[in-house]
Amino acid sequence: MDIKLENLHIQQDDFSLRADLTIKHGTTAIIGPSGGGKSTLLLAIAGFVDLSKGGISVGGNDITNTPPAKRPVTLLFQENNLFPHLTVFQNTGLGVRPDLKLSKTQIELVEDALRKVGLADMGTRRPSELSGGQRQRVALARALLRDRPVLMLDEPFAALGPALRHEMLDLVAHIRQEQNSTLLLVTHNPDDALRIAESTVLVADGIAMEPQPTATLLNNPPPALAAYLGK
Amino acid sequence: MAVRSKPITSITRWSGLAALLFVVLLVVGPLITLWLRADTSSALTSADWAAVQFTLFQATLSAIISVILAIPVARALARRSFRGRAILVTLLGAPFLLPVIVAIFGLLAIWGRSGLVSQVSQSFGMERLNIYGLVGVLLAHVFFNLPLVTRLILQGWGHIPVEHFRLSAQLGMSPKDVFLRLELPMLRAILPGAFLLVFLLCVTSFAVALTLGGGPKATTIELAIYQALRFEFDLGKAAVLGLIQFIICTVIAFWSLRAAVPVSFGSGLSVITRRWDVSSKVLIWQDALVLVAVTGFLGAPLVAVISRGLPALGNLPATIWPAIVNSLTVALFSAVLSVILALALAGFIDDLKSRHNRMSSVVEGVGLLMLAASPFVLGTGLFIIIHPIADPFALALPVTALVNAAISLPLALRALLPAMQHNRQTYGRLTDSLEMQGWARFRLTTWPAIRKPLGFSTGLAAALSMGDLGVITLFAPPDVETLPLLMYRLMGAYRMDEAASVALILVALTLTLFWIFDRGGRLGHQT
Repeated sequence: MDIKLENLHIQQDDFSLRADLTIKHGTTAIIGPSGGGKSTLLLAIAGFVDLSKGGISVGGNDITNTPPAKRPVTLLFQENNLFPHLTVFQNTGLGVRPDLKLSKTQIELVEDALRKVGLADMGTRRPSELSGGQRQRVALARALLRDRPVLMLDEPFAALGPALRHEMLDLVAHIRQEQNSTLLLVTHNPDDALRIAESTVLVADGIAMEPQPTATLLNNPPPALAAYLGK
Repeated sequence: MAVRSKPITSITRWSGLAALLFVVLLVVGPLITLWLRADTSSALTSADWAAVQFTLFQATLSAIISVILAIPVARALARRSFRGRAILVTLLGAPFLLPVIVAIFGLLAIWGRSGLVSQVSQSFGMERLNIYGLVGVLLAHVFFNLPLVTRLILQGWGHIPVEHFRLSAQLGMSPKDVFLRLELPMLRAILPGAFLLVFLLCVTSFAVALTLGGGPKATTIELAIYQALRFEFDLGKAAVLGLIQFIICTVIAFWSLRAAVPVSFGSGLSVITRRWDVSSKVLIWQDALVLVAVTGFLGAPLVAVISRGLPALGNLPATIWPAIVNSLTVALFSAVLSVILALALAGFIDDLKSRHNRMSSVVEGVGLLMLAASPFVLGTGLFIIIHPIADPFALALPVTALVNAAISLPLALRALLPAMQHNRQTYGRLTDSLEMQGWARFRLTTWPAIRKPLGFSTGLAAALSMGDLGVITLFAPPDVETLPLLMYRLMGAYRMDEAASVALILVALTLTLFWIFDRGGRLGHQT
């Protein structure tokens, strides 16, 4: 589904972000200097930040005033995606029912999702017993179960090494394909963008620009991006 | 591990050892004296056992009530942002600095026989309240500890990651689910420590028992000690009671060490997490009601003190001047002594920690011992030591200053040690590699890191000593006054207006002292 940000304006103290653009179905990366508003853009689409002006619609439905749980999106944070006192199975199961009263078929669904992200035997562990990559896999399993049309990731693999990061990105791309969802990915790594995103949004100086084909943007960067990339 | 070229500066070692020796003597000396003087032949009467029972009973009830009431208050503060929130959070810190006797005066002005509530209930044909006894003790303890626990829990709320609240909103969790999954685990981690802390404070709060307790039904161990020393002059019995009190406090202190009492000053109090599960009208009204109630409960006694004291400022009692001089002298002396000891000990522990971990825990254990040896127990021991050598009453002020310094020492250590350790962990290798040593090292790297907690601890020690109405009552002859003692005597003589005016002066001086030191620590400070 397409995501449409219409004349959007967010004002928080002396921070401000503007966006007037359409993100097409597929995979889109969001790139730009830190503090520029990349995360804020995702938080706004997920419903965690108040808009000063403008509106957001997904697949033609206006969600500007929809509470977070009712929006057709799942957002993965950079960290703290899991509750530390719940097991891997419980953390994943929250994606089916937030009160964890699961039926037999639902339990199987959860186990199936854990298998898909490669954590088949880890259900009884707690987050503290997992590696950083495994924790994000749990969050991805939960996203699979929620099965929302839009999946957004806020630098979820920034703390991982290159090999593991590529593996996780491929897993995400695979999940996106299977669910045919729209994927939005914040990254500070241009290689990540090139690896999985057809188009890329540049967020800099408080403005999110219209998406462009990733290769075109990176090979021919505007001044703000060039300064960030060091080119 | 790399071996450092110059291990420990001799001044750190010697001053640390000297401070340690001083503290050990100050704590262990009185305890041994109690042990030697404990007269087991004069078995404790049933009244004494009743005092032990009452002490444990009231402390348990006070802690339970404070903790249970603090939960909704902290929750309301954690999830609502409103005008005046910062003032309310500051007000929650006030009872810690407020002299106990002043708070009791305020509580009596509201809940006492001729207080506001009694007047209202009487005009409706009901009886006047009588809060002397268990009810009064509980009321005062909740007044002091509800805000303390609220601040502790509020910090716990502030430390729940914001992502978890966003996650619960995204998953569509109900307020009940959020409570079960996010808030309950946090409460489970914080409440046991908070409970034990309040319990310990209520076992050792002599001034409350002295003013609101008493009689066969509401005498605490400390009050029984006071009566044994001042009225029956039974040193043997006082020593036995002192040992019992010490054992109770030691057990709780060790217990609370395992529960990790979450004492930190100030951090996490201004965090208001945006919530998506609490916008229902019922919850908004519930939080508003809780906040209004707690503001009234804490604020009304303070307003009463001010409104009664201001008009009476014109006819202060003649003894106000010597009382002011005595109180200030004792407060300043004990604050300076406490902070010098803390500085020496903290430097010593910090240095030990970086080399022998076991040694440092021994030194830290001494700090714990001070928490267990309540000021009143120390005072009792000192009284028995001094008695055969000199007239204890002549030494009232120096002994009070000494014991007050000892009480504040653990607090000062808790504030200073983390700052020193953090400084060493962050910049220790850098300062070593620059070969910064001795005075230059202290002045250029340590001092900037510790001046804020140092100023805060000095202010706190001065304020606590200023309001002390514990050890001084054991030692003071009738002609020696401090401001709290003067207030207590005026209240005993039902000269309430004069007591109120003294209360105002006491509060003003206490807050000024705290402000000067705390401010001094922050002035020009860059973080």
